[in-house]
Amino acid sequence: MYTQAMDLPNPDGSPSLASVDSEAREAAFNDRAGRGEIVEARDWMPEAYRKTLVRQISQHAHSEIVGMLPEGNWVTRAPSLKRKTILLAKIQDEGGHGLYLYAAAETLGVSRDELLNALHTGKAKYSSIFNYPTLTWADIGVIGWLVDGAAIMNQVPLCRCSYGPYARAMVRICKEESFHQRQGFDLLLTMAKGTDAQRAMVQDAVNRWWWPVLMMFGPHDKDSQNSELSMKWGIKRITNDELRQQFVDATIPQGELLGVTFPDPELRWNEARGHYDFGPIDWTEFWNVVNGHGPLNRERLAARVAAWDEGAWVREAALAHAAKQAARERAAA
Amino acid sequence: MSDRKEWPLWEVFLRSKAGLDHKHCGSLHAADGAMALQMARDVYTRRQEGVSIWVVRADQIVASAPDDKAALFDPMADKIYRHPTFYELPDEVNHM
Repeated sequence: MYTQAMDLPNPDGSPSLASVDSEAREAAFNDRAGRGEIVEARDWMPEAYRKTLVRQISQHAHSEIVGMLPEGNWVTRAPSLKRKTILLAKIQDEGGHGLYLYAAAETLGVSRDELLNALHTGKAKYSSIFNYPTLTWADIGVIGWLVDGAAIMNQVPLCRCSYGPYARAMVRICKEESFHQRQGFDLLLTMAKGTDAQRAMVQDAVNRWWWPVLMMFGPHDKDSQNSELSMKWGIKRITNDELRQQFVDATIPQGELLGVTFPDPELRWNEARGHYDFGPIDWTEFWNVVNGHGPLNRERLAARVAAWDEGAWVREAALAHAAKQAARERAAA
Repeated sequence: MSDRKEWPLWEVFLRSKAGLDHKHCGSLHAADGAMALQMARDVYTRRQEGVSIWVVRADQIVASAPDDKAALFDPMADKIYRHPTFYELPDEVNHM
């Protein structure tokens, strides 16, 4: 998902979740979290809980703002004013989602600049999905339908996360995310009623995005480091594989409505399980993209760093202006 | 990168409609109050969530400490006579 790199070992050598020491305070904390009690910003919490949340929330925040880039690619080429205003509103939402999440991470005692620095130096991860290119207008529809659809699947349970500031940010985000998925489906439905070329464009986009979207849910449960403690702490409520299955089950009938197929010969309804079966995921591709070797990793990071560097003079000028105004007010008083 | 200076943090409070209290809705960084208001408007009222905004510098808020929770709030737990339901009145005076 947007935080799929949570399944990697901690890169800064911080204590792994498995080696958490067990003091009485920690046991009491685990009990409380297990009972579904909410932890607030200044409450005592184990260091490993705090670090896990900083990593997860910041990965999530980075994904929101990097996610603005593939869509920004199509703002000037949207086919109508209506579609352009919708796309702009969606991209603005993603920026807002990044803000809510950065603010939630900052309540854990880490500064915004530290978080951004970790992104810009490649220390922090963001979702692998945003390292794929948006080649046609249908990609914008597929991002809304599938990428945001997968995100919603993952984010709804996070509204009940044990950390209050994160849970509240997720409630706000989920309310807005529904528009993102619906506008995507609406866009694709419009193309599906269009010409053969437009229908082919939709099918091509689904073919390219389907597997990377399934990878968004992260490694299989058995390969997911850190999952168990996150579940115990109430940070995570549903496992990667369960969420992926939920997503496939919900999405296949929607694809039938659009008249598209999915690029998986093993995809079929399993009457006995009451779920769709689907083929094996190419984890080599997944790890390649997560580790920086996807189609657009370098370009995405370079765009973020350039935006930050080129905005430096604005940030400095605004601070200087505020200081000057404050000095004037003091002098006048 | 510790030489960078961050914009200060502001807490944002929204009145969702006339007649209701302002309620905390989130935070943001801004250089000054005017910018904080402008950005709060852009970020937190994109779907008409509010009709009035307060912004307060986060470092200006005085808050109770989590460790004082028991000392501050537990004493009220046994003062049930402060609630109307403590008093059982005859049925004849219903709706009092």
